[in-house]
Amino acid sequence: MHLGLPTFRGGTHPPEMKELSRDLPVEVLPVPELLACSLSQGIGAPARPVVGVGEEVRRGQLIAEAGGFVSAALHAPTSGKVRSIGECPHPVGLRANAIFIEPDGADEWHPDARQELGEEAALALDAKEIVSKVQAAGIVGMGGAAFPTHVKLSPPPDKKIDTVILNGCECEPYLTADYRVMLERPGEIVKGLRLLVKAVGASRGIIGVEANKPEAHERLLREVRGVEGLSCRMVAVKYPQGAEKQLIKALLNREVPSGGLPMDAGALVQNVGTSVAVWEAVASGRPLTERVVTVSGECVERPGNLLCRIGVTLGDLLAARGVRAGARRLISGGPMMGLAQWNPEVPVMKGTSGLLVLDEPAPPEHVACINCGKCVEGCPAHLMPNRLSTMGERRNWEAMMDWNVLDCIECGVCTYQCPAKRPIVHWIKQGKNELRLLKIRAEAEKKKKEAPEGVPAE
Amino acid sequence: MFAANFLLLLAAAESGANMIETVAWGGGVMAAIGGALGLLLFVASRAFAVQVDPRIEAINAALPGVNCGGCGYPGCSGYAEAVVNEGVAVNLCAPGGAEVAGAVAGVMGVAVDDSDRKVSVLACRGTREFTSDKFEYFGVKDCRAANLVHGGAKSCRFGCLGLGSCVEACPFDALVMGADGIPHVIEELCTGCGKCVTACPRDLFTLRGEKQNVVVVCASHDPGKIVNRACKVGCIGCRKCEKTCKFDAIHVVDGLATIDYDKCKHCGACVKACPRGIILNFRGARRARKERLEKAETAAAREAR
Amino acid sequence: MSPESKNGIPNVPDKWLVTTSPHVRSPETVSQIMWTVVLALLPACVAGLVVFGWYAGLIMAIGVLSAMASEAVVQRVMRRPVTVSDGSAAVTGLLLALCLPADCSWYVPVVGSFVAIFIGKQVFGGLGRNYFNPALIGRAFLQFAFPDQLSMSKWKMLMRKPLLESLAGNIFNVGSGPVAEAMSAATPLATIKPPFPHGEMAADITPLEAVGRSLHNTAEDPWDVVRDLGLGNIPGCIGEVSKLALLLGGLILIANRYVNWRLPLAYILTAVTVALLLPVKSGGEWYGLWAGQWNVVGQLAVIHLLSGGLFLGAFYMITDMVTSPTTGRGQVIYGIAAGVLVALIRVYGGYPEGVCYSILLVNAGRLLIEKYSVPRVFGTSSGKA
Repeated sequence: MHLGLPTFRGGTHPPEMKELSRDLPVEVLPVPELLACSLSQGIGAPARPVVGVGEEVRRGQLIAEAGGFVSAALHAPTSGKVRSIGECPHPVGLRANAIFIEPDGADEWHPDARQELGEEAALALDAKEIVSKVQAAGIVGMGGAAFPTHVKLSPPPDKKIDTVILNGCECEPYLTADYRVMLERPGEIVKGLRLLVKAVGASRGIIGVEANKPEAHERLLREVRGVEGLSCRMVAVKYPQGAEKQLIKALLNREVPSGGLPMDAGALVQNVGTSVAVWEAVASGRPLTERVVTVSGECVERPGNLLCRIGVTLGDLLAARGVRAGARRLISGGPMMGLAQWNPEVPVMKGTSGLLVLDEPAPPEHVACINCGKCVEGCPAHLMPNRLSTMGERRNWEAMMDWNVLDCIECGVCTYQCPAKRPIVHWIKQGKNELRLLKIRAEAEKKKKEAPEGVPAE
Repeated sequence: MFAANFLLLLAAAESGANMIETVAWGGGVMAAIGGALGLLLFVASRAFAVQVDPRIEAINAALPGVNCGGCGYPGCSGYAEAVVNEGVAVNLCAPGGAEVAGAVAGVMGVAVDDSDRKVSVLACRGTREFTSDKFEYFGVKDCRAANLVHGGAKSCRFGCLGLGSCVEACPFDALVMGADGIPHVIEELCTGCGKCVTACPRDLFTLRGEKQNVVVVCASHDPGKIVNRACKVGCIGCRKCEKTCKFDAIHVVDGLATIDYDKCKHCGACVKACPRGIILNFRGARRARKERLEKAETAAAREAR
Repeated sequence: MSPESKNGIPNVPDKWLVTTSPHVRSPETVSQIMWTVVLALLPACVAGLVVFGWYAGLIMAIGVLSAMASEAVVQRVMRRPVTVSDGSAAVTGLLLALCLPADCSWYVPVVGSFVAIFIGKQVFGGLGRNYFNPALIGRAFLQFAFPDQLSMSKWKMLMRKPLLESLAGNIFNVGSGPVAEAMSAATPLATIKPPFPHGEMAADITPLEAVGRSLHNTAEDPWDVVRDLGLGNIPGCIGEVSKLALLLGGLILIANRYVNWRLPLAYILTAVTVALLLPVKSGGEWYGLWAGQWNVVGQLAVIHLLSGGLFLGAFYMITDMVTSPTTGRGQVIYGIAAGVLVALIRVYGGYPEGVCYSILLVNAGRLLIEKYSVPRVFGTSSGKA
């Protein structure tokens, strides 16, 4: 326990670096000349375009429908014309398409996207209506993974959720977007939480805030006062306190079972930014078209917390905020779990929480594991990363399976701390991938064996 | 024997005998024991001798004697026995190459049947000279690991990443990482085991058999404009090969020249036609190997007589 | 959408450096850890100098330098990258030197360091791959290679005359030979080594008084004996005598989180407790705990705690990262097992001191202990999966 504040076992303390941008209020980034609205905004099937090239669209208009249940709809971030629909680079490196919109400068909202219900009416809606409005608005988790929120709000009937947790920890270094949202829009966060609690039929909602954000905690506390079932609690400052399984452990002292989801522990976790988006969608009918992105790092001229439209490219952000000499890394998200970028034409997604420009050099070449145990001590999943690293180094993927590699959340604590500079997470990622491929191959062979001779294969 | 001698010397010293006598006794006893044992060994080697087919010894002599097990048999003598007693194929010794295959064939008095021999080929010529990197990659030095990071740093998304997963996977050292950034197959050592095929995250290796002498060494299905920027020796789908082929054996399919091996007659016309030199003809190498095989065969057959 | 098109943004590098997450690393390196261990050993080195004089310093220097040289040579010959600058060889050489008596010949640390580095470490594959503490491998080897200088003489070892007169006088002793003004006496552990009765313990006096007599040939106040044990004015190896200095260094390592406090504590507590519990007879009668002689038990406890290489072993040898378990639970089991072994050797075994062998033996059992001390995976009910 850290100073008596609730927490999980493990973790580490990388330098916070939040002073670069924590006191900068959210700024609106002007809409650039072209917006690349990627059809693969997050986890789930890509969205399917419902507009054609040359079509005029208005802000909030549906431009792509969900490609399945586990998929999110996409709406135009501004008014303008569809210039093209084609290939667009993606932060993860996969091949994806996007709808390229040329803004007309008017930024006109579509009438369907302006349906002010008012606070009372919104809070009186029932669960089904809330979930359908969330789905219609194309809301995804804004903490980074971008999982379609309506899916999270529709657990199977046998999984009863009794607590909704809002993640206000923002444990990654440099990022301050959630912090500013907590300072500037605490009311909407809490109202969104009330909707989320209702949507899953939970009995209470808890907002978890790290102890290094006392003012945010203060403001949220004021908002939850008087609202039944809601509370705001401080948790220890530690990375990765904001990881959902670890946050559930800290706040509820429950462990999500290995291979399971938070709903198996009776909990639902959402980012504070998602909560705001949910409120806006339900109370005002506004789909998700913009988000706050922290642009920070030692090599950014003017760091800031920018409210930008989905589809703004990383290059636009760099041009707007300036790059200092010595820049080496371009990272989407935080430095511990974020994705390194190289292509400035990658667009901002619904889950892009930050853009960092760092001068961090490449680490030295790694040596053999010296068994210091820092990784074992720090692992939030209580695995043995030292063993996993030697297995990965020797390409022993099957052994990694026996040592619970699939429980790894890839938080990076082990690799961050390792004095031998071993690329542990890289080996773990490779292990998971190889195991996945081995499983596919084994299943294909099984199918071949089962298919009778002479029958043509599928 | 030394122990016996030592004990004897001790006994002699104890009883107080003089030095010369002691040494003489010691030497005498040693000689006697040695002689007796030697005689025994001689008799045993004659009485219990095993009849061995002389061909096994001849083949054993021709094999490299490395006992690598690459042939699949326990050591070189194991393979020699298998060839003579079980009639196993004569060209299984990969490290020995054509010379050894021919020699073994010559001893057995058969012609080498190389037709089922498969050799690995890399469908990429994208060396550092011809390609560039999209970014500076730092991480595990393995192609499969690098492929997880934006698909690797190579400018071509189909091309060889050059970090050597294949070299590491090859049990016969038949793949060598070139200074130019791509691996090279040492044909003589390749046994067609297929480990490189599984190791490459971009599926760039194929095992070419006797019928597949002409190979397109590019795997890029990207349109010509993109390939042009990514790699100076990538297939741009210009169709010159298609137009040149008299046997309708090569076509540009989905942006990449593809050979139909049922129709290909290995004439090599497309090889000359390709403006980027991406089609290679291995017929010459195959012929060269055949010549070496035959030479070794006749030499060994002559010796066996 | 070509990757090469530049947006014209100044200071954007030609190629971004792309890694998989995490993209930042803590500044700590293996070198830092090793050199910090050397730093933590400095108090013990200074104490060794003060107690035994400049020759002890020479032995320490020879130990460190020959270990580093051995590693460089061995790695060169084995065609491996030379990693001497990471400081691990320096630690091994220094620890080995600290285990030696102050009057050993100059070639003893040279041979010992070479064996420690070559057989104790490089043969296994280098840093991180050895199963036994290299310094202790060297020490054990020396015990057999130079028995007259090491093993037998641990019964009687070099010590200095009164410690606190003129610090400089102690270090740069005036007189002939490297260790003038010194004399040898039975080590405290040798004095209380069962079976009884023998030596000073034959008389009907308490253990501390016996130790005092064997050190200075006169009756002494037991508290003075305790002070000598703590500060280091006793016979012993160069680095093991001053418990105060060793404790100071140990605390530095614990504060830096290189050593888990559980391990030295488990080791020391178990060693002392078990040593007291083991039944000992003196002249046919039970002695110590089994005779209900609480005064004796208390004194024996203090002697066991503050004598021999227990502190050196507890803070620096058994806690060697490479050869100790990674989890807290494993380390406690490890410490307890080693403690039992030390006690057995001290009370029943052939030597008065058992730290070196106890640690080597648990090194051998480490993998077994690790097997049974795997942490429970988050979200599972027991063990792994």
